[in-house]
Amino acid sequence: MMVTKKFWRQGEPFVWATSLALSLILFMTFLLFYVVLANGIMVFWPKEVTLATLTSGGYLLGEIVQDEKNPATGKKRLQFKIGNRDLYGLDFKWVDAASVSNFSLPADVYVLERQEHGNFYGSLKELKTPGLFLPVDKKESLQAALDTIEPQRGEVKKIERKIAILNRQVEENNNKLARLRYHKKENTPAAVAMQVEAKNIKGEFDRLVALLDGKRAIVLANEAVLVDANGQEKTIALANIVRCYQPNSMSWLAKWSYYGKRLRELLFAEPRESNTEGGLFPAIFGTIMLIFLMSILSFPLGVIAGIYLREYAREGYLVQMVRIAVNNLAGIPSIVYGIFGLGFFVYGVGGQIDQLFFPENLPTPTFGTGGILWASLTLGLLTVPVVIVATEEALGAIPPGIREGSQALAATKFQTLTRILLPMASPGILTGFILAMARAAGEVAPLMITGVVKLAPALPLDGSFPYLHLDRKFMHLGFHIYDIGFQSPNVEAAKPMVYVTTLLLILIVLIMTSTAIYLRNRMRERFSVADL
Amino acid sequence: MSHSNTAIMSIENPQVVVENLNFFYGSSQALKDVSFGIPQSQVTALIGPSGCGKSTFLRCINRMNDLVEGLRIEGLITIDGENINDTSLDVIELRRKVGMVFQKWNPFPKSIYENVIYGLRIAGIKERRVLDQAVEQSLKRAALWDEVKDRLQQSAMGLSGGQMQRLCIARAVAVNPEIILMDEPCSALDPRSTSRIEDLIRELRGEYTIIIVTHNMQQAARISDYTAYMYLGELIEYGPTQKLFTVPERKETEDYITGRFG
Repeated sequence: MMVTKKFWRQGEPFVWATSLALSLILFMTFLLFYVVLANGIMVFWPKEVTLATLTSGGYLLGEIVQDEKNPATGKKRLQFKIGNRDLYGLDFKWVDAASVSNFSLPADVYVLERQEHGNFYGSLKELKTPGLFLPVDKKESLQAALDTIEPQRGEVKKIERKIAILNRQVEENNNKLARLRYHKKENTPAAVAMQVEAKNIKGEFDRLVALLDGKRAIVLANEAVLVDANGQEKTIALANIVRCYQPNSMSWLAKWSYYGKRLRELLFAEPRESNTEGGLFPAIFGTIMLIFLMSILSFPLGVIAGIYLREYAREGYLVQMVRIAVNNLAGIPSIVYGIFGLGFFVYGVGGQIDQLFFPENLPTPTFGTGGILWASLTLGLLTVPVVIVATEEALGAIPPGIREGSQALAATKFQTLTRILLPMASPGILTGFILAMARAAGEVAPLMITGVVKLAPALPLDGSFPYLHLDRKFMHLGFHIYDIGFQSPNVEAAKPMVYVTTLLLILIVLIMTSTAIYLRNRMRERFSVADL
Repeated sequence: MSHSNTAIMSIENPQVVVENLNFFYGSSQALKDVSFGIPQSQVTALIGPSGCGKSTFLRCINRMNDLVEGLRIEGLITIDGENINDTSLDVIELRRKVGMVFQKWNPFPKSIYENVIYGLRIAGIKERRVLDQAVEQSLKRAALWDEVKDRLQQSAMGLSGGQMQRLCIARAVAVNPEIILMDEPCSALDPRSTSRIEDLIRELRGEYTIIIVTHNMQQAARISDYTAYMYLGELIEYGPTQKLFTVPERKETEDYITGRFG
């Protein structure tokens, strides 16, 4: 009796409860990281391709993705990624393990990554390369053929890029002409000159299109004939093959080099096949630029508002109300901010800008539609309360003696603020900013109605004047996850990409916040008054 | 009334003159009709039990109370004949003339060097030579130079409490004020640091008018030329330290300094 009383009084169970709570949180966090990491990190590793001989006759060729107990029959079953969507309609297939009589790993199996219809699994029958000069010893090598045709494909791409630039010029010209027409100046020499220029551009455009068609036809004439596991033939234009590899006969080095290639593609290339394949560059760029713009907009605003609240506003009923309001602002669901952003920024401010500066384009909106500026303003609004609260608390935590010491040395309030208080408060302010940044980086809901898109035709920052296009729509990793994971017609095929994108988003947030934390800690060392 | 008026008269050539000073904080009155003159280049100690208004009075002299909301001052304080509460007077100029050292040392989280020249930087002085000289002189005057001369660029946060307090004195001295206010500068220090600061005050005497608030009567007796005893916002007795501690005029003073009260 006495013993248990003493046991409770000493608070031993409470210590356990605290440690248990922390362990639980750590466990959940690690689990999340583990799932994302385990699934995401091996996506680009070339998996072996298994040939399964079925007891019913016929073959199945593909990567074994997972095995589990069939919930209906209780027997083991395997999921194959069989690819060849254009032949079978589906790229995944479940097979009962019992119905397979033999597994083998044929060395000559090819995996082709294609521009459309996903991967192809099969073996090479023959190459039809009328316009290509292949080395004698590599007449049968698909890789050699792809390498040889690469310069021609490069030319085609170059012409395509030129056409894209012309397209933009045409659009710009049209805008300018529309503006002149709107101001009733279509007969001025400038307008006439512009029309002549438009005609020239059109001529150049037609010439390039004809050239492109010719080149394309030549490139497309080169084909490879492949056979699937059951002997069905498929002819694929070399131009449609992104990459080919033979995973069952690859060395470790080759596998690593393939992994590196895919990683490079992920980080620097454009997406393909409704975003489920290819790179994420526009989304990475959009995400970072969004956070960057958001920071530029919300950080100074929040800090200045926080300074006013703590240093200048007369403490009283009104300031208390403002403080409560600011704290509550941080708890409003983000979608509400999104709707506000749509109503106020996009339709309100954007609509006004269009009326004033771009009336010639109406009813087509310029700024009166979602864009990266409006999305970052909305996110800025969402994060500003966190910055305000952090600034206020950081300033409030400075011992009052420091202020008095500075003012007793004939410093004004403003000098005290800029020379002593703000440097001292900066670590605390930065902590708040880090929290705000992390929150903004993970937000998707408000973006969906203020300017994020599945596929943006151009980046918000590029080489064409005025370089920074704040009116443009943009791509975002968070939205990408939602889009390919839940809106894609082929969810199973998109799954690896979902994990990779998640991993990438987490990494970007991690890198940005750790940079900020590093900076904060350096400042904290410098301005610490812990021993006062 | 009569005794406080004689207090002004008894000082020859007072630098700070206080006449009928009343100080209200909200509805409570912290100072009641305080009048006296503080002599130039001497050390004047303010003693009295906690809450008697010593610190409030001290903070009136450099208008540090301006920072507090809801206060009201009546009466007159003049320094060298100038009314310091006059609206035409620049409080920044006043504080340049009247330095202050606080009970709890408050160096800024900057280097020792930057701490000393803070007031000069605020005043817009940029010449390296002038600043270097000011640092050396002020630190020497605050008897800290030998201890810190090799680490002027290091953070002031690495100093001990006594060193920090002397740094704060150096910082106040650096702007070359005429008057230095000290609000219980030794109350948070150990005896050794206290005696160093007391030595320092003795050395500064003659160059600066020093007004020091202290809880420690022995300290007041050791370092001051004049002592004022305050109680409940009133100035009870004021006079040369020796006289006040040996033959006090008033019974209350005697009770306090002999420890029968307080």
